[in-house]
Amino acid sequence: MSHLLSIITFLPLFGVAAILFTRGSEGTHATTARWVALIVTLVDAALTIFMWTRFDGANSAYQFVEQAEWFGAGTGITYHLGVDGISMLFVVLTGLLMPFTILASWDSVKTRVPEYMIAFLLLETLMLGVFTALDLFLFYVFFEGGLIPMFLIIGIWGGKRRVYASFKFFLYTLLGSLFMLLAMLWMYFTTGTTDIPTITATAHFPVWAQYFLWFAFFASFAVKMPMWPVHTWLPDAHVEAPTAGSVILAAILLKMGGYGFLRFSLPMFATASHDLAPFVFVLSIMAIIYTSLVALAQEDMKKLIAYSSVAHMGFVTMGIFTLNQQGVEGGIFQMLSHGVVSGALFLCVGVIYDRMHTREISAYGGLVNRMPVYAACLMVFTLANIGLPGTGGFVGEFLTMLGAFHVQTWVAIFAATGVILSAAYMLYMYWRVIFGELVKPALMGIKDLSLREAALLAPLVVATLIMGVYPKFVFDITSASVAHLLQQHRTALAYDALGPKAHTAQSANVRNASGALVAPAMQAEIMGAFPHGKISKIGFSGAAP
Amino acid sequence: MTIAHDLMVLAPELILAIGSMAALMIGAFAGDGASRLISYLMALLMFLAGCLVLTGEPATAFHGAFTVDAFTRFAKILVLGSSALCIIMAQAFFETEKQVRFEMPVLIGLSTIGMLLMVSASSFLALYLGMELQSLALYVLAAFNRDSLKSTEAGLKYFVLGALSSGMLLYGISLIYGFTGSTDFVAIAGIIQSSGVSIGLIFGLVFLIAGLAFKISAVPFHMWAPDVYEGAPTPITAFFTTAAKVAALALTIRAIMIPFSGAFQQWQQIIVVVSVLSMALGAVAAIGQNNIKRLMAYSSIGHMGYALLGLAAGSAEGVKGMLIYMAFYAITNIGTFICIQAMRRDGEAVETISDLAGLARSRPGFAFALAVFMWSLAGLPPLAGIIAKWYVFLAAMHAGLAIPAVLGVLASCVGAYYYLRIAKIMYFDEPAKAFDKGFGGRGLGVIVTLSAVFTVGLIVVPWLLLSPAAVAAEAILH
Repeated sequence: MSHLLSIITFLPLFGVAAILFTRGSEGTHATTARWVALIVTLVDAALTIFMWTRFDGANSAYQFVEQAEWFGAGTGITYHLGVDGISMLFVVLTGLLMPFTILASWDSVKTRVPEYMIAFLLLETLMLGVFTALDLFLFYVFFEGGLIPMFLIIGIWGGKRRVYASFKFFLYTLLGSLFMLLAMLWMYFTTGTTDIPTITATAHFPVWAQYFLWFAFFASFAVKMPMWPVHTWLPDAHVEAPTAGSVILAAILLKMGGYGFLRFSLPMFATASHDLAPFVFVLSIMAIIYTSLVALAQEDMKKLIAYSSVAHMGFVTMGIFTLNQQGVEGGIFQMLSHGVVSGALFLCVGVIYDRMHTREISAYGGLVNRMPVYAACLMVFTLANIGLPGTGGFVGEFLTMLGAFHVQTWVAIFAATGVILSAAYMLYMYWRVIFGELVKPALMGIKDLSLREAALLAPLVVATLIMGVYPKFVFDITSASVAHLLQQHRTALAYDALGPKAHTAQSANVRNASGALVAPAMQAEIMGAFPHGKISKIGFSGAAP
Repeated sequence: MTIAHDLMVLAPELILAIGSMAALMIGAFAGDGASRLISYLMALLMFLAGCLVLTGEPATAFHGAFTVDAFTRFAKILVLGSSALCIIMAQAFFETEKQVRFEMPVLIGLSTIGMLLMVSASSFLALYLGMELQSLALYVLAAFNRDSLKSTEAGLKYFVLGALSSGMLLYGISLIYGFTGSTDFVAIAGIIQSSGVSIGLIFGLVFLIAGLAFKISAVPFHMWAPDVYEGAPTPITAFFTTAAKVAALALTIRAIMIPFSGAFQQWQQIIVVVSVLSMALGAVAAIGQNNIKRLMAYSSIGHMGYALLGLAAGSAEGVKGMLIYMAFYAITNIGTFICIQAMRRDGEAVETISDLAGLARSRPGFAFALAVFMWSLAGLPPLAGIIAKWYVFLAAMHAGLAIPAVLGVLASCVGAYYYLRIAKIMYFDEPAKAFDKGFGGRGLGVIVTLSAVFTVGLIVVPWLLLSPAAVAAEAILH
């Protein structure tokens, strides 16, 4: 199974081909398309689980690695795939959520079904590619390629203001990514390669350049996360997208930003990440508090969840930039649990939207009288979104705040207010939608979950609770890789801190003008200077226990 | 060097020239009825000439005025390929329009000979000869639809402004000749190397670049392009934006990089400004356009800006980027213009963007192809455009042109808007009345398909284009 990753990544394309080459009347073609999409995503999900069982969590190296010629010999751009503990679970999350999105659109999408399924399958390949790519150019292709299917999904099957939302989504993210493209070009010609592991291990960019590169990557990832103040595309996109599109957006596309910070910013631009961490903290706190307050005032359920997503991503960025084990692992956990919980919340909104065709909170009330099962499911996800102990949401928030506490008490204190605010807006929404008297005449005949909907939500309830009570299965996968990542970060930080001495030595070993390669002897010297990675003098986050 | 040797080097051009004359004779005797035969004959001749170009060994002829190397091979294949496809397009177009005249393929053939000479020119006189041969045929072609007001206006406008630019070019050449005493590219390079850059030479250089910028429709010499592209018959517009652009860009590379390698500092500034202005204008001005041919004209101005960014780098890497860009641009544009040509409703050609409304439902294949071309022009991965942009921006960044690169990136984000708008109209809007069946002629559907396959598939096998481009670029900078 040496090509397992390629198979997982590109399997959905076979589904696309299958849908393209089947013919029939509109009705039968739609049915075929649905089944093909479902089967392909289920097979892919099974494959990701199979890969998960074969993954060695104690090993921090890339696994299931594949490398092949792509741009030609000597260009340094190769087809390189692999997963480590950081990307592994995102691949699994993507693989597992896709069948849910297909099932969620089973009845609710009625027009142009084959095209819809093609767009989703394409999107799956591109999303999986983002998490498995180990080459900058390949990463960029997947990262930005996802814009086109998502643009179509929002624009064709979206709500009233779909055109506005799709353009805003597209242009916002495009602008961010183009700066990342320029940074990648700079990295490419200074190092002569776009291979991510090679650059991480050997390249040491000069400190001034690190700031530029960091900001260029930040422009892309911050928009994608999204971080305050460039989050404004998200509520629009969420509100207008069809249910399954919102699920994908919240559960997976938003995670690409956080993943990018982990894969690129921390190990490659160590000093910049370290120096600019306070800046990220400020933005994260702003996101947590400000967008929580905005969420409190929302009348549209999807918009409320969208703003809550921005707030939760604030915890992620805060956790990642604490640059210690708890914070980073908390950030990853938060992304995974948010992927499940927010996806589930959007599915829940979709359930009542399919019945009433409105997302206004004020249009509902007293649903518990008619939909007890639905109310119970929504309660689990609401509480998980708040971060109640025992649910997946708690572990991530707790760890990120713990990490932040190590670094800067105030950050943790401000972040903690976000938890209170999230309780406020989520419970307020839950109360208005579910409880109270059932007075609205339109709601009298509303039906509880159908078997298909129950089957969709049940696994997510289970996943949320398991993540809450037994988070170890996640940390088994991530710990070693996160420790390795932070070790790389500290090594690079120490290298930069050596300053002039290092750079004179470096110039003797450079490969080309701007010089980014350092001889192995040099690295050994650095490691010798900091035998246990303890750099308490330099890094405020150093010497993590 | 014997004359026989020189003629052998010139074989592809000669075959095409003799063939064009023969075709003219056939036409003169057989009349317009032979037009289809002549078209296919010319396309076949171009294919033969292409085969000869492929097998040609590097050489120079006519005392260094004419060069054949890997660079010319790359550019000539592109020119011949686009010309042949344009002839097939044009034959189908004029047949549907019932305006078949046998001069059309002959004129395209003559123009193509001019382009081949331009690509191979390594002295300013050869350059001028090639350029005039190409331009004169193009002026006539622009006004080919002589019953149409727009088409005649396009031809006249193109002629007057083209003559002006030729004048500027010639003035620049005479200044360069006056201050160096030579018209030979290599000899001029040697003179600049030994005696430096004088003020007079810089004046000559500026006029030369102005003339060349006119030919590739780069800002600030772009004003003719929208009117001419809109007015000329669609396949002729395709010819302007593909073969003519490729030839003019190849000529610009050779006429600037080789003689003026010693004056790099001087011309780099000009090229950077021209490039940035073109990118910006192409991005902004296209937003308000409703006629798709006019929109493509502004898009073309913008793309010339990106291509020139590679030239501004002044390195082999930059030339490689430009060549990749030219190839991507020509192939994508052929596909796009066939799609535009196929925009016919009840037998009438329509040209506004809103006519495309809902095309994804009435003609999914058509809409997908056009959308792919638009996304590729916008530079979105995984389509071909991103590879081209990657290499020109790489060269620019490597040459320290970070600010032009950033401006270029901003322009391409603005430009993405209007490409997306076309996709939006086709995919999101309510369907308008369906277009007529087919792509407006035999074989055109196949060409669109091939063009789309190239656009989508290049990312899988990028080296197919990259390796020849790299070899070609090395030939310019030995």
